[in-house]
Amino acid sequence: MNDRDLVVNAQGLCRSFGPVKAVRDVSLAIPRGTIYGFLGPNGSGKSTTIRMLCGLLTPTSGEARVLGLDVRTQSEKLKQQIGYMTQRFSLYEDLTVLENLQFIAEVYAIAGKHRKTRVEQLLSDFDLQEKRRQRAATLSGGQKQRLALAAAILHEPKMLFLDEPTSAVDPQNRRDFWEILFGLAEQGTTILVSTHYMDEAERCHQLAILHRGVKVADGSPRDLGRQIGASIVEIIADDANRARIAMNDLSEVASVTQLGVRLRVMIPDSIAQPAELVRSALQEKHIEGHVEQVPPSLEDVFVAVTEMRGQEEQAA
Amino acid sequence: MKSLLRIFAIMRKELLQLSRDRLTFGMIVGIPLIQLTLFGYAINTDVRNLRAALVDQADTHLSRQLIADINASQVLVFRDRVDSPLQLETLLDSGQIAIGLYIPPDFDRRVIEGDRQAAQLMVDGTDPIILGVGQRLTSIAMGFDTQRRSASPAGLLEVRNYYNPERRSAVNIVPGLVGVILTMTMVLFTAVAIVRERERGNLELLINTPVRTTELMLGKIAPYVIIGLIQVVIILGLGWLLFQVPLRGDRLDVLWASLLFIATNLSLGLFISTSATTQFQAMQMTFFIFLPSILLSGFMFPFDGMPEIARNIAELLPLTHFNRLIRGIVLRGADIQSMSRDVLALLAIMTVMLTLAIRRFSKRLD
Ligand SMILES: Nc1ncnc2c1ncn2[C@@H]1O[C@H](COP(=O)(O)OP(=O)(O)OP(=O)(O)O)[C@@H](O)[C@H]1O
Ligand SMILES: [Mg+2]
Repeated sequence: MNDRDLVVNAQGLCRSFGPVKAVRDVSLAIPRGTIYGFLGPNGSGKSTTIRMLCGLLTPTSGEARVLGLDVRTQSEKLKQQIGYMTQRFSLYEDLTVLENLQFIAEVYAIAGKHRKTRVEQLLSDFDLQEKRRQRAATLSGGQKQRLALAAAILHEPKMLFLDEPTSAVDPQNRRDFWEILFGLAEQGTTILVSTHYMDEAERCHQLAILHRGVKVADGSPRDLGRQIGASIVEIIADDANRARIAMNDLSEVASVTQLGVRLRVMIPDSIAQPAELVRSALQEKHIEGHVEQVPPSLEDVFVAVTEMRGQEEQAA
Repeated sequence: MKSLLRIFAIMRKELLQLSRDRLTFGMIVGIPLIQLTLFGYAINTDVRNLRAALVDQADTHLSRQLIADINASQVLVFRDRVDSPLQLETLLDSGQIAIGLYIPPDFDRRVIEGDRQAAQLMVDGTDPIILGVGQRLTSIAMGFDTQRRSASPAGLLEVRNYYNPERRSAVNIVPGLVGVILTMTMVLFTAVAIVRERERGNLELLINTPVRTTELMLGKIAPYVIIGLIQVVIILGLGWLLFQVPLRGDRLDVLWASLLFIATNLSLGLFISTSATTQFQAMQMTFFIFLPSILLSGFMFPFDGMPEIARNIAELLPLTHFNRLIRGIVLRGADIQSMSRDVLALLAIMTVMLTLAIRRFSKRLD
């Protein structure tokens, strides 16, 4: 791929806050029209990276170009062309839905006639017509989020940064929200969205997993499963608790996750027949159960990369 | 064009928010009203229409003139005319009058010779204010006396001094209050203006838009200029209604001086806003400016009576310069050109503050 097709092109981004290294050596290459996900737990540096890419935070070191513009020196120019939906609701709570959108339209200096039609169009697209005269403070979580997205795309940005846009939103609203995102991506908007929901991450075209400020894995959700260097064995046991204790005792096991009666056991690829290993270990302890090797889910990937990182860090 | 649109957008937004913020809105009108009445009445020692009675045993041209003079001062209202000092005492005792005036039969002779008091005031001394009124009235009679004889120029001056300190309190305070109230409200409103956006998280969105720092600052200042002018009108209008404070100078001069002072305070507030991280900090910093302003600007204590170091500090405070301007215009009828030193000082403070505010404000989070 040619560098020019990359909407976001970052090399070795670092950002420290005093002694805290919030982001370490993150490189990104996001092509046009992609929905790119940032998956990571709290404090993993998602917001900090997004802010650097918007030109709101200066990187401690590293370079980044967004839409071909240097985030250090050309951030003002960049602001005309990107949309940013902050993690925290940042429109004016004491203004109405309509007033908020009008304000944003004026601040982006959208021409008079176009301004009105654009605002009206967004109100109906985002199902906010009935709420137009309601103060933003009194909107529900889902309505607030729609309003914030409407404000972020009002000036038709080519690149959209969404920082955990769907926290505090129910599953139905989340699905609708993603419909909108896919629509935007189809029209050529590039979207970077951070989340800590696996199901959302699953929908992204491309994905980066952040852990303590480091990008520990990236690729399409499917590729990531193949990359983790471990297999997943699922156990459905009558006594899941005892089974879990038995698995934890096995030195080969990297991690055990319990999902109700099911256990997902992660075993590194260095073990040839992981299912057999699990079966014999259970038999030894007289635990009944159904054992099967399954393809890794994104959650497994997430656990794998973060656990392995943790072990590496402990070793170092 | 785009710039203007953005400035107006910010202005409109600010006004909308303001109209919904009842507390702040109330402060705009409430602070001038409360301060003016409190300060005005508390410091106002003009007592009027005290109940009084008199005995005029002389009944000459001179004695009648004395009574007419006292009547004209409106301090006393003579409700009774009795025949003897004894009757006056009875009225005093029963509390029917607060002050009695006794003019003896040899009043004319006493006035001309001037060696003794010509007449006597019988005062209900339990109330120190009434006692004070009595003492002041004594000087009225003496002034009248010296005028008649034109004995010494010192006596003549005494008459004038009598009226001045009296009226000075209310008259001097009202224009001073214009500055004090504007300092309090204007600095405070803008001091929290940007901090509030930061605290509520709006700033992260705002700085990610193409709005320029200067546009943001101007848009934030402009609505308050109008609000400040409304306050000036309220204070001077009420001062005139309640305390008969005259406006001797040109109204346009008042407008210019006020505009300049408002803009200076707003710039100062913005500078605070870019330095503080919480609204509470912004308020603390506002008070850090406000207190010395009240104490050193000449509002409370006469400027010339302060030690040199205090005077030097005072020169750095916008209120000091505005007090000179507004008192000059309102009380002496001076025109603003004759006080260009203070105009320049205000301009300088404003420019420095606004530049610092724009410099300090960064469209980045770090
Ligand atoms: N302005 C700041 N000053 C000091 N430390 C900061 C600042 N901003 C972020 N950090 C630190 O940097 C790290 C990464 O924070 P960041 O907000 O980027 O995480 P995140 O992935 O967005 O987390 P979350 O999912 O909770 O939003 C955290 O340890 C945080 O405490
Ligand atoms: Mg975050």
